[in-house]
Amino acid sequence: MYLYDELDRTLIAERVGEFRDQIARRLAGELTEEEFKPLRLMNGVYLQLHAYMLRIAIPYGTLSSAQLRMLAHVARHYDRGFGHFTTRQNIQFHWIKLKELPDAMAELASVGLHGMQTSGNNVRNITTDQWAGVAPDEIEDPRIWAELIRQHVTLHPEFSFMPRKFKIAVGAAAQDRAALRIHDLALRLHRNGKGETGFEVMVGGGLGRTPYLAQTIKPFLRKRDVLSYIEAVLRTYNQFGRRDNIWKARIKILVHDLGAEAFAKEVEAEWQSIKDGALALDPAVIAEMAARFRYPDYAPLDESPPALADARRADRRFDAWMSNAVAKHKIPGYAIVTLSLKPEAGTPGDCTAVQMEAIADLADRYSFGEIRVGHEQNMVLPHVAKRDLPRVWRALDAIGVATPNVGLVSDIISCPGLDYCSLANARSIPVAQEISRRFRKPELARELGRLHINISGCINACGHHHVGHIGILGVEKNDQEFYQITLGGKADDDAKLGTLIGPAVPYAQVADAVETIVTAYLELRERPDELFVDTVKRTGIEPFKERLYAAH
Amino acid sequence: MTSPLDQKIRISGPVVITANRLVDGAVVYRRADGAWTDNLEDGAIAMSATCARELLAAATKDEISAVGAYIAPVRIAGDGKMRPGNLRELIRAAGPTVEQAATKATESVDVPL
Amino acid sequence: MPLIKAGRIVEDRYVRVDDTAPIPDRIAVIVSAERFLAEPNALVRRDGSVGVLWPNDRRVAELEPWLGHLALVALAFPKFRDGRAYSQARQLRERYGFAGELRATGDVLRDQFLFLLRAGFDSLEVKKPADAAAFAQVIKRFSVFYQPSADGRLPAQRRRLSGLAAPRDDCIAGADSMLQEA
Repeated sequence: MYLYDELDRTLIAERVGEFRDQIARRLAGELTEEEFKPLRLMNGVYLQLHAYMLRIAIPYGTLSSAQLRMLAHVARHYDRGFGHFTTRQNIQFHWIKLKELPDAMAELASVGLHGMQTSGNNVRNITTDQWAGVAPDEIEDPRIWAELIRQHVTLHPEFSFMPRKFKIAVGAAAQDRAALRIHDLALRLHRNGKGETGFEVMVGGGLGRTPYLAQTIKPFLRKRDVLSYIEAVLRTYNQFGRRDNIWKARIKILVHDLGAEAFAKEVEAEWQSIKDGALALDPAVIAEMAARFRYPDYAPLDESPPALADARRADRRFDAWMSNAVAKHKIPGYAIVTLSLKPEAGTPGDCTAVQMEAIADLADRYSFGEIRVGHEQNMVLPHVAKRDLPRVWRALDAIGVATPNVGLVSDIISCPGLDYCSLANARSIPVAQEISRRFRKPELARELGRLHINISGCINACGHHHVGHIGILGVEKNDQEFYQITLGGKADDDAKLGTLIGPAVPYAQVADAVETIVTAYLELRERPDELFVDTVKRTGIEPFKERLYAAH
Repeated sequence: MTSPLDQKIRISGPVVITANRLVDGAVVYRRADGAWTDNLEDGAIAMSATCARELLAAATKDEISAVGAYIAPVRIAGDGKMRPGNLRELIRAAGPTVEQAATKATESVDVPL
Repeated sequence: MPLIKAGRIVEDRYVRVDDTAPIPDRIAVIVSAERFLAEPNALVRRDGSVGVLWPNDRRVAELEPWLGHLALVALAFPKFRDGRAYSQARQLRERYGFAGELRATGDVLRDQFLFLLRAGFDSLEVKKPADAAAFAQVIKRFSVFYQPSADGRLPAQRRRLSGLAAPRDDCIAGADSMLQEA
């Protein structure tokens, strides 16, 4: 993981000092709320239903055990003993007091954590694949690029007051695990026909009221040019993005209105004038950044320790977890372990302080002190020796993060919804909980295979419902909660927006509707291994729609 | 439950002015004397758009105490007591409708290492 | 409205002239973009400095032919959250090499001072007197900057390469012994 130096730490500390002053001026009435609100948003502080919400960045989803322990500490001392991991590799605390914020942030700053630019009209947390650095299908660690870009856009004088937020994702693997195409700007590291490594640049993705998938505007960008090109994109957006209507202010609207080609031309013209200037990355700079990423001193270990096979045979539950939550590591003898934060009837993505501390201890002992957070709201221990898996499983099971449902129907992605969020129209958590209960049987979940359910409590789509295999969107009709259901969305290389299946369904019937849809899939699938989303693609939504609305 | 941030002032029943306290974000209600209370029962009720508008204007000016003031419906229950007028206000008054995530761990856990 | 230039509150030597008012001789004036573009050559040749107030929704490229003769360009922040003038400022300085006074006008508040200076503004029409009075203290808030910028301060990456900051992280105490450079 990236090692902060005194410059990084000084910046964060100075930011905390500035925010402390801004809060003091607000409390003293020297700043109006209108003046203060953008400033607090730039530090990740929202006003929600019950209290302030603090969103802390977990840059490209990587945490050290010390950082995770500090998150537990903040949860205990400034909140109600838990935190919520989000779909953008951040963590949220829902019960923060404004007057306590400077102290909480100073404590977070001591381990290099902050809320800078987790909200506001600036560049947000740069996300990537939660298996970065350890996935076998990766060509390079994308986090080095994410960190280079992160630094460049942090407190950037030109891009702190853009028309709207700007979300960047970086990927470097054959399989897209970072949901690249739903981002304002996405970079896909790959090798071109000449064997050179560079970036495919895509812009204009985004969900919400008008969802779009990102379009490629530069098929191959050299590494040297990545910062200057991003600068040109941001400058074009800053100048020409709409500021008259909050629903039309994202770059996706600009790209759509101009057309991708015209937009690309505008960016190119700007880029040509800056590409050889101060932002051109010379190899020494890239090497220096790469050197700041420390990797484990992996031991040469047995790829198939016999004790592991024995343990699988001896314990069916362990075996089931191995098949579900453990993925191949690029280093022989090691494995990538996913921790499910979706226990039966739990709140998706929530983690208690107790769990965080236990996970931090496990990370120290079994994962070289490193933890990851994914956009599916699960955690990862990225460097577990295979021979340690039985022990690790027992420990994870003891704290409730070993439900073998990763990627399955009960691995639901959900925003906090109306129970917490002031933007919401409907609740999402209890819907997730009920669905989770209906599919509690591990055999059933396994039978259904990979099936992503995404739930959003409002059109802002923080639950990414548009790209769920089953997407659920809460709406309000006459003070009642209703839910629109979409099918066939995908967030990977074959990204697609889901199709609305029919009229919205009332709160009490959503779980039934999902059961009906799932039953239809079991009847319609050609083979047991035809995935739900592939069945939908093959049959279209009609057969599902018929069955769902037949009763009404 | 449409976000009150886009509300037009249209009263179809009793309303109160609600906001979040500046220092800690707690849910508060405007009292007739201009103070803020965290008890809905003590909130000033408006029965007309004019009255609501006046209360809201005064509340909005008082941003040193509370922020994000808006008009929230209430209903008078059978026992004459004020209750939140929709699900959103109920959640604001009583907290989330869900318990915090289920976990096997309690305050301390003996994790086998 | 206090004017800050070179770190101090100074008298504004420029007079803003309405579109319909006559332009006084030998006095430094600021005129609107429309007025300027109606007779640019005459204005730049007049006896006395001329500055133009440029709107934030017009490309600064339009001003390029006269930048060598303009003493001042004033850019606009209708609301501090409207950040278009930051891009205009950088283009004026870095792309077109504008060397005259670059002034920030409108909703200019203390929490944007550093951004403004780093984008290339060298004079600020500050909205609140209290903010202007706090200028010297405010610009000392940050000592570390990640980006190269107009105020010439060395960005973090350059400081690192010159060996001024080595990577080390005491928040990974204990884990250090488990880690090794790739």
